[in-house]
Amino acid sequence: MTFLQVTLFLWEGFKLSLLIFAVTLLCGAPLGLPIAFCSMSKFKPLKYITKVFVWIVRGIPLMLQIFIFYYAPGLVLNIPISRNINLFFLKNFGIENMGMIVPVLVAFAINYACYFSEIYRGGIESISQGQYEAGYVLGLTKFQVFKNIVLKQVIKRIVPPMSNEIITLIKDTALANCIMLPEIIMKAGELASREMLVWPLFYTGVFYLVFVGLLTIILGRVEKKLDYFKA
Amino acid sequence: MANLHIKDIYKNFGKTEVLKGISFTLNEGEVVSIIGSSGSGKTTLLRCLNFLETPDRGVISIDDKVLFDGDANIKLDDDEIRENRLHFGLVFQSFNLFPQYSVLENVTLAPKLLKKGTNEDIEQKAKQLIEQVGLTEKADSYPCQLSGGQQQRVAIARALALNPDILCFDEPTSALDPELTGEVLRVIKELKIAGRTMIVVTHEMEFAKNVSDKIIFMADGIIEEIGTPQEIFENPKSEKTKHFLQNSLERI
Repeated sequence: MTFLQVTLFLWEGFKLSLLIFAVTLLCGAPLGLPIAFCSMSKFKPLKYITKVFVWIVRGIPLMLQIFIFYYAPGLVLNIPISRNINLFFLKNFGIENMGMIVPVLVAFAINYACYFSEIYRGGIESISQGQYEAGYVLGLTKFQVFKNIVLKQVIKRIVPPMSNEIITLIKDTALANCIMLPEIIMKAGELASREMLVWPLFYTGVFYLVFVGLLTIILGRVEKKLDYFKA
Repeated sequence: MANLHIKDIYKNFGKTEVLKGISFTLNEGEVVSIIGSSGSGKTTLLRCLNFLETPDRGVISIDDKVLFDGDANIKLDDDEIRENRLHFGLVFQSFNLFPQYSVLENVTLAPKLLKKGTNEDIEQKAKQLIEQVGLTEKADSYPCQLSGGQQQRVAIARALALNPDILCFDEPTSALDPELTGEVLRVIKELKIAGRTMIVVTHEMEFAKNVSDKIIFMADGIIEEIGTPQEIFENPKSEKTKHFLQNSLERI
């Protein structure tokens, strides 16, 4: 196989990694917000249920959670794992066993939502009470205060820890191969066993590095954009 | 017309009684300074007036309108509390400007969100207020670019933007370097001349003496003594007042 062929072959796998990355970010980041609010709720039962949930999700390996979402529907609910789910966004990814990606996406989204929620909570709780009170004495509603005063300060504070999580996420996508989902490292392994080519396995690192480089630049820009004020 | 009546305000935090029956009246255009040692309940009183705390008992009314009646057993809903708050403005010890907004935006934010007029009107009025506190050339600066004194002057302009009946100051100069207190006190003095009704919690005795119509000396959650600046500073009746003034005015 030529270098180009290997690159294209691995790219097929990396597209899947990127898909898991994008869906996790798009679902997990918003989902983290209600989880954060629940864990700060004044209604104690909700608060503690949420905290236990976050503890469990953060406390067991993501790989195990993928297995849970992969096997549980069949074992517990007797729903067969559909190998032919037709999801419009999967068409371009050339995955024959499309159904397998669903448990992976669910596990990733929930797992990352819990990590994000803790970052949000830390950010929100770090804003001084004075900022809220300054808004309240001006007659603003709680929602107006959060949206117009607190939110941007929270965003500024959570960009660095969020960057960390986002960079971890792209590398975590490799866990999808535990249920034989052909992400990039799986693809490279395939070359190793079929074509006796080991170097593509190491070459996959370049894909991650380039992508993380891009992320670093983008996240750095976001950080810089919020540099104009101190909070 | 905006005459404030406060009657028998009580406030406990857990087992600590912070306010133990505060009553006084403030007429339109008057300035009252509240003095007293830390922990005497001055700040809590201001926070009750701005509905950041809810008194346990007592009545707060402006003219004939009862804003709060602790005996009526009616819990105010969020909208009523917000409406009540608009009668008062509060300038904090620690300024609490919104860091992500420019000076002008800090002043226009609330009027715009509360739709108190067209954007042009709000901005024009805000510019006037900023001029009034002497910061026209800083209108586009951000709080982190301003000195403490300048920040506090912005906070005053921000509080004035909603034209409250009564403007409250919670130790407005306590967080400032000594050389910056003057500029803030000068602004407050100008507001007094312009006829603003104000309540000022302060440790600046000289200032309190000069701008106030009334002085309230608080100790241990009650009004120990109330009177004109002459009465309080030159002829204090209570032992506690005498003691406090002696300590505050002591020149070292």
